[in-house]
Amino acid sequence: MPERIMFTMGDIASAEGALSAGCKYFGGYPITPATEIAEWMALRMPEVGGSFVQYEDEIASITSVIGASWTGVKSMTATSGPGVSLMLEAIGLAVMTETPLVLVNIMRGGPSTGQPTRGQQGDVMQAKWGSHGDYQIIALTPASVQEMFDQTVQAFNLSERYRVPVFVLADETVGHMRERLVIPDEKDLKIEYRKLATGDPADFLPFKPDDDLIPPMALLGSKYQFYATGLTHDYRGYPTDKEDVQLELVARLNNKILHNADKIIDLERFMLDDAEIAVVAYGTPSRSARKAIKEAREAGIKAGMLRLKTVWPFPEDALADLASEVKHIIVAEQNFGQVYYMVKAAAAPTPIHLMAKPAGMPQLPHEILDKIREIDSL
Amino acid sequence: MSRYEIRIGGFGGQGVVTMAVVLGETLSLIEKKFVVQTQSYGPEARGGASKSEIVVGDVEIDYPKVMEPDVFIALSRAAYLAYIKGLKENGVLIIDEDLVEIEGDLPNGVKVYKIPATRIAEQEVGSKQATNVVMLGVLCAITKIVTNEGLVQRIEERWPRFKESNLKALELGLKAGEAALAGQ
Repeated sequence: MPERIMFTMGDIASAEGALSAGCKYFGGYPITPATEIAEWMALRMPEVGGSFVQYEDEIASITSVIGASWTGVKSMTATSGPGVSLMLEAIGLAVMTETPLVLVNIMRGGPSTGQPTRGQQGDVMQAKWGSHGDYQIIALTPASVQEMFDQTVQAFNLSERYRVPVFVLADETVGHMRERLVIPDEKDLKIEYRKLATGDPADFLPFKPDDDLIPPMALLGSKYQFYATGLTHDYRGYPTDKEDVQLELVARLNNKILHNADKIIDLERFMLDDAEIAVVAYGTPSRSARKAIKEAREAGIKAGMLRLKTVWPFPEDALADLASEVKHIIVAEQNFGQVYYMVKAAAAPTPIHLMAKPAGMPQLPHEILDKIREIDSL
Repeated sequence: MSRYEIRIGGFGGQGVVTMAVVLGETLSLIEKKFVVQTQSYGPEARGGASKSEIVVGDVEIDYPKVMEPDVFIALSRAAYLAYIKGLKENGVLIIDEDLVEIEGDLPNGVKVYKIPATRIAEQEVGSKQATNVVMLGVLCAITKIVTNEGLVQRIEERWPRFKESNLKALELGLKAGEAALAGQ
């Protein structure tokens, strides 16, 4: 399809990004503020020859997405924090079975059902640690309608490449705001697909990794047979309680992400080159910070921003480098402090100041400017 | 113009969000401005105070929400009371005069325009549902932030089946806005 231009909301841009990435299956349950993604997919999936199914709840939704992905279909769901809470067990199953899938979480106020129509960034740690056990996922944090499209395409590429669930973590403001969206000509998009099984089916070991730590995937319904389980499994996929298999498998599930962190992590440096005070932000607060930093510069204060376009795997090295470049770091996030603790661990002993706001409105530009001024006067 | 902010407030169901979306589409797709449209509403489908906002500029918009509106359009008393705070000094206040009265102090230099938009929609267009398009015409006439031609084009593209009634509403709104401007 040739280039298209729309004035549309982040939720719809994300759905269009999924379609451009080749997503042909959406299983979901509507929830504010992610409902528009389901609505748009219900409309668009039949047009592209895909399937949309609304289930009875989020647990059925995510497990259907896992099953669809095993058949070779690029698959996704979209929900908000309360829905992710219900999906967490199955997210662990997707991690353990190395199932490519994309989960868009349009974050609303919490805890619990919280404030459905108000935004927050309270689910950052949930995305990483929500399911039990030691594992890595990938989480992208867009800040505009265009990035909702671009980063959903990227989410599919990363999930296919590393066989891992990938979160698109957007706050409600980004999900519901409308901006201009350019959907590129499909020829101009780089689209990836999982590495598939080859060779004699009789010799095939479905969970034996290549040197890149990623096993080629057998698809349900193909000539290859595989056994999928959430239990610790050997290369054949059979359950085992052997310690060496557990150690190798868990290490590999983590390392296939951590060893490629530099290829996954996406950061924007804004006015940082000579900065003495750095704001670390993502999503809507990063747009407040951008305005505050421009105004701080006009007032002669050397401020800049490190914007996280991905939060998991966490960019520890970039934060350590930042800590050596600047005198102070401000973390502005729409929660009571989540990325803050990761920054603190990575960037000590540089002073880290938290601007926490677990409420519907992000930190306002003048509030961040006031904080920059306060720190500048120290 | 680096940043111009518009806030529209009313009941849920008055078309407050649609009004901002049509304005945003016109400014972004036809007039090639940088635009962000946001909204804020409660969990209820109808009623309650609802607001929608537009930030428009010739450069990329950083912070997406309205901070100090240049224009506030109030279509209900609840929305007027909830959202009047923050209106810029020397800003523009447009109210539906049958539904909203000026209460409390306004910032210095605010110009007030009283338009019976709902009455115009009901009596002259034949549907209260056209109130938001009447107000788009009023906004166009008073602020010149958007062109009449742009709005006409967008309305024709967006609502082919309801083109005539909406273009009539727009025209009536333009006239009402021009009259209010002349009366200032």
